[in-house]
Parts: sequence; C-alpha cells; structure tokens
Amino acid sequence: MTWNVEIEPRQCIASGSCAAIAPDLFALDGSHARPLHDRIDEDERALDAADCCPVLALTVRDGAEVIGPRP
Amino acid sequence: MTTIDTAPLSYPFNLAESLALAEEYEQARNRPGLLKVQMAYGEPAWLVTRYAEARFVLGDQRFSRALGALHDEPRQSEGRRDSGILGMDPPDHTRLRTLVAKAFTVRQVEKLRPQVRQLTRELLDELEAAGPPVDLVDRYALPIPVAVICRMLGVPAEDRPRFRVWSDAALSTSSLTAAEFDANLEELRAYMGQLIEEHRQAPRDDLMTALIDARDVGDRLSELELVDLCVGILVAGHETTATQIPNFVLALLDHPGQLALLRERPQLIGNAVEELLRFVPLGSGAGQPRYATEDVEVGGTLVRAGTPVLIAMGAANRDALRFDSPGTLDISRAANQHLGFGHGVHHCLGAPLARLELQEALGALLTRFPGLRLAGDVEWKSQMLVRGPRVMPVGW
Repeated sequence: MTWNVEIEPRQCIASGSCAAIAPDLFALDGSHARPLHDRIDEDERALDAADCCPVLALTVRDGAEVIGPRP
Repeated sequence: MTTIDTAPLSYPFNLAESLALAEEYEQARNRPGLLKVQMAYGEPAWLVTRYAEARFVLGDQRFSRALGALHDEPRQSEGRRDSGILGMDPPDHTRLRTLVAKAFTVRQVEKLRPQVRQLTRELLDELEAAGPPVDLVDRYALPIPVAVICRMLGVPAEDRPRFRVWSDAALSTSSLTAAEFDANLEELRAYMGQLIEEHRQAPRDDLMTALIDARDVGDRLSELELVDLCVGILVAGHETTATQIPNFVLALLDHPGQLALLRERPQLIGNAVEELLRFVPLGSGAGQPRYATEDVEVGGTLVRAGTPVLIAMGAANRDALRFDSPGTLDISRAANQHLGFGHGVHHCLGAPLARLELQEALGALLTRFPGLRLAGDVEWKSQMLVRGPRVMPVGW
C-alpha cells in the first residue's frame, strides 16, 4: 500500500517541521519544503508531519481519501 | 582590514522605551558581509540583518542551537538561560515539538475562535463599565492570552499574579545574578510540578494531561522535559501576544491613515496583523544565537565552525531587497512572508494561536471604540527581551 504526499507551495511557510520529522521524506532546500517522493510507503511519520505543519500545507492521501492531517 | 573594522559593536541597538528600529540596523544591512557584535555577556557574535541571510541561517541544519550550551553564549544578562525546546536541535527538538505541535495547528486553534471572541466582548464590556481612562495592558491585552493558554494547558487563570512575576523574570534582561535567575526558574518549575501532580491524580481534557500521558504511557519525554515544556508553553504562550496587542494599537494610532482604512475595511484584519508582525520589532535585540557546526559562508562572510550568529528579525523584516517600501506600514501589503514568527525548525509553535488572538483582540477593540486614543503617558517595560508598554492608559 502506498500513500501520496503533497505540499502546497503557496501555503508553505518553510517552517521545516516536516523535513525535521522525516528528512528522508521531505526536504527544505529552497524557499518552500517539498516531498522527496510523491508516492511513499505507509509511514506514520508522514501523518505526524502533516499534523505538525503549522499551516496545514501538507496533505497525505491513501487513494482518493485524505488521511493526513488527521482531524 | 584594520582593527577598527573588526572591533565588535556593542549590542543590542534598539532602545527599550520605543518600538523604533535602531538606525544601526539600516547601516548594517547596507554594507556587505556580516557585522561583528558584542553583547553584555558572552562571546562576540556575527549579526545577520538581511532577509535572505536570516532565512538561510534559520533554515540551515548546519546552524545549531544546542551547541550554544558548550559555549559562552552571547546574552543580555549574566544568568545562562536554559532555553528548553528553543535550545535543542533535531532530533531531540522534533521529539518534543511533535508532542505539542498538534494542539497548535491552524485547524485546532480555529476551534477556539468563538471563545476568544466571547472573551474580548466580556472584557470590553468591563472596560466600558469602568469608564476611561483604563490600562489597556492589565485589563485587556494580558487577560486574553493568559485565559486562553491557561485553559489549553490546564493552569488556573486565577494564579496569573503568581506566574506573572516568574514570567517577567524569565524574560528579564536586568542584572539578575545567575543565582537569582536559577531561583526564579526553580520556583516556576516547582509550581508547574505541583500542577502536573494534580493532573496525574485527576486527568483532564487539556494539553498538560496529554503531555503527562506521553511521558507516563509513551515514555517520550523525561520528567524535567515535561515540566520545562509546560513552563515554556505558559510563558511563551502569553507574554509575546500580551505585549504585541498594545504595540499594534500604538503603531496604528501612530498611522491614522492605516487605522482609518482598517476601520473602513475590517475584513483586512488578518492582513493587518501580518503587516504589524512585520513592521513592529518586538525584541530589544536578537537572541537565541545559532552556532555554525562547520565553516559556512553567509552573505560574503565566512562563519567559522563554533562561531555564534545572531539573527535580527526586526531588521530583516525591513529589508528593501524583500519588501517594497519596507519602512511603510501598509496593511494591504500582499505576499507578506515576514519573519515575525521566525523561520525554520524553531518557527513559533504558537503562531496560529497568536494570529487568532491578535486578530480578535485588535478587531474587537477598534470596533467597540471608534474614538480610541492614548489617555496618559505610556510606561514602558524596561530590561526585558520583549519591548512594549507595561502600562498604557487609553480613553475613547
């Protein structure tokens, strides 16, 4: 099962929390953070990163369903 | 290069009793390279004043907060601050931050908006009943963030006079000796430790209970980390917002055209708060130095491994290379990616909450009192890390 991760660049304030939580999934190497891979294996840290993003710019999807940030 | 060029300038530059940005910053921004500065205590440091370099240093993992513990950190008072989560690097920092981050996301804090709105209404009713002049700080600016953070964390708001003293001392730059500083911190820790025990006995629906669970069930943080995290949330959770509410009012009273525009178009409040966060330099000077873990070039200066760098957010927020007419307060400014909440892994955890409180507090105040004005002399905080009125009499 793989998930899809996406960072909305206009929303991202480059707080870097996603890259800090999972440096192998996200990078902050420009003015915005970006996912290193669009599709990832199931990984709890991706959900943590989505929850912790201060502006909710990070979305995790399982197929069509949004599973992160968690409500 | 001459010795005069390399002699560090005395820092901080800003005057305590004003919200102005010191002229020295503009000079520093306009000259190439970084400026060497010397604070009252600790070793000399490089000072960053430009926006691009500020973002670079704050966002680059080669700069460390934790390394400061091994050095004579530049600081304004003799006592060494144990800055808790602000003094950590990933992965320790991340471990603690993720425990609390979820409580402070936009989605979570938006749920608090109706409560905050109700609170501003009640406080404004009380002000009206009391009649002018009233002290905006004590009767409005402080009670709002204190009530909100107390409710979130699970601290009794009626203890405000007690932790007010500790919180003031924690942010003080006056010549507290190291021993006085430590004694104050120990009192605050003892107070929080007692509250944590009470929560252990009787769990509640609050952040403190959630953090106790993370410790007792998940073993994700130590007891001291638990105490210090709660202390940090309590202090950081109210002091800055309580200071910026009167600061923003002062800035708007100082710019009547912008104030009139905001009254005419109240929907601009979100944008206005962002611009005020950019425009008002809250700090007396930069703090929380970042230490280079290897040699890194920053804006034409080679920062050697083991050297501290201070970032002047207030100066970076007025960098003409990033902001048009940076010295102008323009509440309709677009694409305002200011550094008022910092940048990088230590970007203010409470930013969404602070925004919400500032928007509600400012919006409600301006709506209720169309004739809001100063009604006496402002008494300034002095010798604090944050600048702003200690007492601000207003009328309407």
